[in-house]
Amino acid sequence: MAANKKIEFSEETLALCHKLIKRYPEGKHKSALIPILHLAQAEFDGWLSPEVMEYVASILKIQAIEAFEVASFYSMFNLKPVGKCHLEICRTSSCWLMGAEDVVRHLEKRLGIKEGETTPDGMFTIKTVECLGSCGTAPMMQVGADYYENLTLEKVDQLLDRMKASGKRKSYTDVAETRPL
Amino acid sequence: MPKVTIDGHTIEVPEGTTILNAARMIGGEIVPPAMCYYSKLKTSGGYCRTCIVEVSKGSEKDPRPMPKPVASCRTTVMDGMEVKNLTSPALLEARAGVVEFLLINHPLDCPICDQAGECHLQDLGYEHGKAKTRYEFPRRTFEKIDIGNYIKLHMTRCILCYRCVKVAEQLTDGRVHGVINRGEVSEISTYIQNAIKNDFSGNMIDVCPVGALTDKTFRFKSRVWFTKPVDAHRDCKKCSGKVRLWEKGEEVLRVTARKDTYGEVVDWICNDCRFEKKKIGDWIIEGPAKIDRHSVISANHYESLNQLKLAVARQRNKGGKKPALGEGALNPNNI
Amino acid sequence: MGKKLLLEHDHVPGINSYSVYREKGGYASVEKALKTMTPESLVEEVKKSGLRGRGGAGFPTGLKWSFLAKPPGVERYLVCNADESEPGTFKDRYLMERIPHLLVEGMITSSFALGAKSSYIYIRGEYFYVAKILEKAIEEAYANGWLGKNILGTDFSHDCYVQIGAGAYICGEETALLESLEGKRGNPRIKPPFPAVAGLWGCPTVVNNVETIAAVVPIVNQGGEAYAQIGIGKSTGTKLISASGHINKPGVYELELGLPVEEFIYSEAYCGGIRGGRKLKAVVAGGSSVPILPAELILKTAKGEPRLMSYESLGDGGFITGTMLGSGGFIVMDDTTSIVKNLYTFSRFYHHESCGQCSPCREGTGWMEKILHKILDGHGTLADVDLLWDIQSKIEGKTICPLGEAAAWPVAAAIRHFRSEFEDYVKNPGNIQDVKHYYRLNNLQPA
Repeated sequence: MAANKKIEFSEETLALCHKLIKRYPEGKHKSALIPILHLAQAEFDGWLSPEVMEYVASILKIQAIEAFEVASFYSMFNLKPVGKCHLEICRTSSCWLMGAEDVVRHLEKRLGIKEGETTPDGMFTIKTVECLGSCGTAPMMQVGADYYENLTLEKVDQLLDRMKASGKRKSYTDVAETRPL
Repeated sequence: MPKVTIDGHTIEVPEGTTILNAARMIGGEIVPPAMCYYSKLKTSGGYCRTCIVEVSKGSEKDPRPMPKPVASCRTTVMDGMEVKNLTSPALLEARAGVVEFLLINHPLDCPICDQAGECHLQDLGYEHGKAKTRYEFPRRTFEKIDIGNYIKLHMTRCILCYRCVKVAEQLTDGRVHGVINRGEVSEISTYIQNAIKNDFSGNMIDVCPVGALTDKTFRFKSRVWFTKPVDAHRDCKKCSGKVRLWEKGEEVLRVTARKDTYGEVVDWICNDCRFEKKKIGDWIIEGPAKIDRHSVISANHYESLNQLKLAVARQRNKGGKKPALGEGALNPNNI
Repeated sequence: MGKKLLLEHDHVPGINSYSVYREKGGYASVEKALKTMTPESLVEEVKKSGLRGRGGAGFPTGLKWSFLAKPPGVERYLVCNADESEPGTFKDRYLMERIPHLLVEGMITSSFALGAKSSYIYIRGEYFYVAKILEKAIEEAYANGWLGKNILGTDFSHDCYVQIGAGAYICGEETALLESLEGKRGNPRIKPPFPAVAGLWGCPTVVNNVETIAAVVPIVNQGGEAYAQIGIGKSTGTKLISASGHINKPGVYELELGLPVEEFIYSEAYCGGIRGGRKLKAVVAGGSSVPILPAELILKTAKGEPRLMSYESLGDGGFITGTMLGSGGFIVMDDTTSIVKNLYTFSRFYHHESCGQCSPCREGTGWMEKILHKILDGHGTLADVDLLWDIQSKIEGKTICPLGEAAAWPVAAAIRHFRSEFEDYVKNPGNIQDVKHYYRLNNLQPA
């Protein structure tokens, strides 16, 4: 994020924040913290900088440390910049049984980075994560809001090509691809 | 009023009393140790699990034993309840397990830690720990942080008792420090190194059961057992002004709040009294304080040392030779 | 296939939309409850049904509801636990994704029973797209008069919201969930007080799993007694089982409680047998926290009786020879599986997910993971296996919340039933390459 860019939600997001706050009884607005942090992460380049957390805290009129405590507790919040496509590969039991390690090794080879690292062009970050509730369709990975399941190495290659071609950031909040039922 | 029996001692306590406080009313050896509970801090306790006890009888009404050990600091007494602490070998084994967990990532740097001698974890280690650790992996470490001009946070020693966070919440306004991250890597942190500027922030040092929060004006000045505790007071507009001075010779090395048998602060004191008033002349001296806490410090070494000096002086005045240790007045058993 | 109560229409095209769902008889339970029942009689029906919490603990739902404190003038809340994070479990996601209105309907009917004016569905952050599906369903329910003021012209008004989490297994523990819903770190609360007395924002609250709330719909529609006729003994009704691992047909199955485990694994109607016709080695029957059982003990109890998919039968033999139904996360492992490595993924999981509040879990889970890593790395000793056993025993029962047990039980069970495999890792470190061990140990030829 450019240092001089002012941290402020778009009008649309700000309106959404105020709508969220109304879901809770009077004085219990802190409940909106996690949903608003999600919005902030999506709007401010996929991570929560100290300035962004301070901004979120100011919307909810809470101490900045309260936002920091919460943001650092949950694994979906990034406190450091990540690639536009955050490849989160499940590594727990069923996914491991079905070959998640092969997927990770393949990604590492293909992208030339290790787990936890970001490609120099800022496009991809590889991260292994714990069970995402997709055990019956293992192995799988989540990128933004999308679940990619029953992965094969060929499928992974196709996905990477598609993401690279689009060049767009994928965040948790844009549920773009509708899943066929 | 409900009646509770702890290790065979029966006491009647007010409704709503916890097992730990009932045990403190009985007093003595049977009181379970507490690393995170602090009677003066609301919602404290429950985290460290050192105060666990076995409830062998739930109550008169429902005499079934409780299936698991319970945190005595957060469990309310029921009428007819029977509790085992020292009388249950299984419980003592479980507590030893908790102590081991608290120690596996602790640096054990007591020789260079200011808290040594009055450290609750040290006491707990002596009582329940083993001479050798079974943990063979690298211990977690953190960078030391200055929180403000007076307090040093040495997170590596922290056992995450949450007491300091509760001090910040309950004694100061605008909390700027708290617990960040999750699980094993949780840490106490200020919000992006914000200094804590508050008149009562120094009380965090007193509530810290280990050497994670130390007084920067006292760091490395002396081992605590070489300083002499003296109760003193002054007129203070911010706090009660009732403190304990820790003297070495004519010098006041440290000012703390006064603490009770369980190491808990009696009256919170302000930062002016704690950090700025380090001259004997700042204070009205009440007299020496006897530390009767269950701890290394309560050996009251400074007294022994004083008597040792006096004994040497007496011998010299008599013109006799300097006695060897263990002889006559210098026998440690005699002083 | 057995009787289906929840997933009867899961393959009907468009069942995720209001119109199709309604056509298939949706929202009948709300009509029946609001027009012909009182909250008390509804709680009574749920009690009669024998429904037990489907999240894992299996506590009788009607009883839980009857504990809800009702001080005058104080709001009460229903919170749906859709945090589904127990490894091996994905049934709630399936249900919410396919038939979101079933959950919404259950929320309304249950809230009527509890006298809750607002309810929240707390869903794990990773299921963001499912949250969107639910939000759409809720919108449709409002548009059609099932939510909002004076539903069906009665005095009952209700609002239902979806609350999104952000990645924390511990938020599946009900008090941690409430903390998270209040915008805090997901640290479990020290109980008492229980949520039924002081839950969300200090108000009396009931927290129920997605499947539990969905099951209220058929219970109301057909009556508690009829529901209790389904299943076996105290395991009444149907259960969603998430089947995964080395089976031919992984997926979510609704089965009548009491189905033999053997039938579930090998029948074409369910798992369809072991992948590639291999041999069954072990099963984790109820999500990662429950004890793993070797093939012989999962198919038959120690007494030699056929093991059934029910709370009682899976629990037969205690933890020595039995396990638990738990959340119904059924992970099947064939004879190529390294139990030690699988346990490592579990221990790594619990280490990663420990909230860090209480010392045995914060320190113990990491310690166990490190020792398992050491063993897998070929540097383990026999003393390490004993140490693992000792550590798990010192975590179990000493923690604030059940995550301690959840982390300890898998370790205990793996050592209890597969000690020889651990010893082989220790004694023959040169052979460590995930699967080699088991082959050598059992004189098998690799595929």
